Amino acid sequence: MNASHLTRRDFTAGIGGIVLAFSLTPAALTQQAPRLPGSLQTNRMLSAWLAINADGTATVFTGKVELGQGILTALAQIAAEELDLPLSRVRIISGDTGRTPNEGQTAGSQSVENSGTALRLAGAEVRAILLDLAAKKFGVGADTLKVADGVITAADGRKVGYGDLAKEADLKREATGKVAPKPTAQHRIVGQSIPRVDLAAKVTGGAAFVQDLRLPGMVHGRVARPPQYGAQLESFDEAKVRAMPGVVALVRDGSFLAVAAEREEQAIKAVEALSASAKWKAGPALPDPARLYEQLKALPTQDTTISNKEAPLLASGAKVVEATYHRPYQAHAALGPSCAVAQLRDGQLTVWSHTQGVFPLRATMARALGMKPPSIRCIHMEGAGCYGHNGADDVALDAALIARATNGRPVRVQWMRAEEFMWEPYGPAMTMQAKGAVADGRIVDWNYDVWSQSHNMRPGDPDGINLLSSWYLADAKTPGPARQAGPPNYAGDRNAIPTYDLPRQRITHHLIKDNPLRTSALRTLGGYANVFAVESFMDELAAAAGVDPVAFRLAHVKDPREKAVIEAVAKAANWKPGEKGDGVRGRGIGYSRYKTVAAYNAVIVEVEVDRTSGRIKIPRAWTSVDAGLIISPDGLINQIEGGLIQSASWTLHEAVRFDRSGITSRDWASYPIMTMPDVPKVETVLLNRPNDRPLGAGEASQGPTVAAIANAFAAATGRRLRELPFDPARVKAALA
Amino acid sequence: MAVSLKVNGATRSVNAEPDTPLLYALRNDLELNAAKFGCGLSQCGACTVLVDGVPTRSCATPLSRVGQSEVITLEGLGTTAKLHPLQQAFIDEQAGQCGYCLNGMIMAAKALLDKNPRPTEAQVRDGLAGNLCRCGSHNRIVRAVLRAAQTNGRI
Repeated sequence: MNASHLTRRDFTAGIGGIVLAFSLTPAALTQQAPRLPGSLQTNRMLSAWLAINADGTATVFTGKVELGQGILTALAQIAAEELDLPLSRVRIISGDTGRTPNEGQTAGSQSVENSGTALRLAGAEVRAILLDLAAKKFGVGADTLKVADGVITAADGRKVGYGDLAKEADLKREATGKVAPKPTAQHRIVGQSIPRVDLAAKVTGGAAFVQDLRLPGMVHGRVARPPQYGAQLESFDEAKVRAMPGVVALVRDGSFLAVAAEREEQAIKAVEALSASAKWKAGPALPDPARLYEQLKALPTQDTTISNKEAPLLASGAKVVEATYHRPYQAHAALGPSCAVAQLRDGQLTVWSHTQGVFPLRATMARALGMKPPSIRCIHMEGAGCYGHNGADDVALDAALIARATNGRPVRVQWMRAEEFMWEPYGPAMTMQAKGAVADGRIVDWNYDVWSQSHNMRPGDPDGINLLSSWYLADAKTPGPARQAGPPNYAGDRNAIPTYDLPRQRITHHLIKDNPLRTSALRTLGGYANVFAVESFMDELAAAAGVDPVAFRLAHVKDPREKAVIEAVAKAANWKPGEKGDGVRGRGIGYSRYKTVAAYNAVIVEVEVDRTSGRIKIPRAWTSVDAGLIISPDGLINQIEGGLIQSASWTLHEAVRFDRSGITSRDWASYPIMTMPDVPKVETVLLNRPNDRPLGAGEASQGPTVAAIANAFAAATGRRLRELPFDPARVKAALA
Repeated sequence: MAVSLKVNGATRSVNAEPDTPLLYALRNDLELNAAKFGCGLSQCGACTVLVDGVPTRSCATPLSRVGQSEVITLEGLGTTAKLHPLQQAFIDEQAGQCGYCLNGMIMAAKALLDKNPRPTEAQVRDGLAGNLCRCGSHNRIVRAVLRAAQTNGRI
């Protein structure tokens, strides 16, 4: 159903640089065109989104891509619903610079909001066009026609199928955005838990991932990475490696060193030999991990006060609370290392990649390689879940750099495990400092500062080339500058502004301009750390005020939907106002509205603290979510529960290890994650809002979960953990 | 050199050195996609296959050690047309997000159910403790294995 399910014939058909021309950005865009909803604003032609085929099927084009979140199923549901077609007759093409709209990155829980909204409106409009054509054919009014499963029926019983109208239906026109989508009461497909379109292949060994792509004549590439950031290649034993079995190409460009071989294990042996013989000039030292946060805070920053609400401060009687929280560098740690296949033939480069954005990747690869974007076609295929900007884009450039040396033979590169851990861009280390005051059970003052490296070092940057190997070429490229994002999504300051009703608040984002460790977007950006701090601090203030944490939050919310979500999780967990821990067990709550504009999510967890070993167990968790109109209830549960479990793993286990000379997290033993026996049981409550627009939810539960764990630990033990992760050493120190 | 392997009931020949990890012979020579490269270190379980019924990390098992043992991969359990009860149960429970770990989860579960057809939930969790999932689909995976265990009894 999507690009990753193409047959080998389809793959090879794409190879000779066949670039299908689509008019995606008409001239109207530069005029005073009306604002269109969702991604229709930037991709305004109906034909960019939908095609009606002669066999009565529809083809949906989306610039968003499947990352394991089930988005293609959800988007197919939306299109099928508006077109009145059965889901089985809707085919999706996603993320292909030759065929689909440019929707930038698939990130930030925005796909249903942007691509989904575009498809909803385009689908409604295309259906109306088909109805008009049928009405003309039958000589009746369009409002007298009925549609079911792609067949239009007149009052007198005459019928015509979409396929019969396909030729006449002119979709090469700009969307008006004026045809109203179906009222939710009429939904038959949206709102249903539809089985994922991609799962059958994944449980039977079908070709499901870019890792599974095998092209005729394909060779295997591997890169000999420097031992640390910024090291420069001085020498290596070229003759020895060239003579190794199966080696077909050896690429050295500055400090970029790579090999291609006929067989995968030959490429691995060859790259091991390259690495063993290579001499490198050391790169700059990393920060001292023992003094990480103070060193980061001392770096140059760009400071922005993102919220400043003034009110007279109570003169006396207020209790002042101060706290500082820390979050370490954390890895995406995809289960499958990053992989890409590239082929360069007749000046045309085709790259199959699990990137989050085929268009930004193409633009940046073009600059790194000195090519023109039209000479490159990037086609998305699924990889292992990435949870943000990992090595996906970097390995695509690696494959392309090697493909320049293989005489037209396709090159498959998959990073090794250590390479993935050492070179992916991490979620940044962050410090959050809060100072607040309570009086009479209410917050009267709130000051909050957050320090963070950039969360935005993706390809697509106008001022730099954010692709790893480009920095090591003889003609070395440089990454873009650290960037702010601003509202509504924010970055390091995502969710730094609480949604609570506070009379006085001042919130400042300190963007650290340097990059001592490589960082970029990890699921929620700063949201995870900020909700950890904000919601921990809410409990600290509640304790100072002597108020139950749930009641304290309810006293400060202003939006009835927030109130409903918090009440729903408290009810599900059977929360007892004023409930206390017993030294070992305790429960805590965390709440946020993701990005302050997307889904509402609350989490309660129960922890059990082993005071001897310092291990925290989370036997159970409860969560409630309001994501507006729910497209797929089971898909939403899967995202919320998955995010909760992933956040629990980040919270209890995860920190990138390093010393002054380099990254020391290189495998699953030096970067442990949560395993099956420790995973909490989760109960999820969905609050459907059929008359409200869908809200992004894929990243909603990460923040509330970490806060709930921190608050549960405090409830259980009377001690508070303010530095992540909550590993046995920190737990024992807190209890000492 | 030519190495003979017994995979999913058939004898196959691959042209590879004896120290080649089984994983690459399965994926690249026999074009079996299911077993995945995850770490190459026997840590994550994504490459799991059964060798004489024993769950085995194919990323760290050289062909020379496989010999004439029976190798069963996920493809050997069932097809989309005729799913194995475990495969059916994973679809029924929608047990997965990205799906990269699922090969290992199902193969480890197969080995578990072969030894213990009616495991408790805790036994399933312990049986899959060596298989990593990064998306947080663990509870669905456990439910799928328990569902398959029930179905098994009726087939």
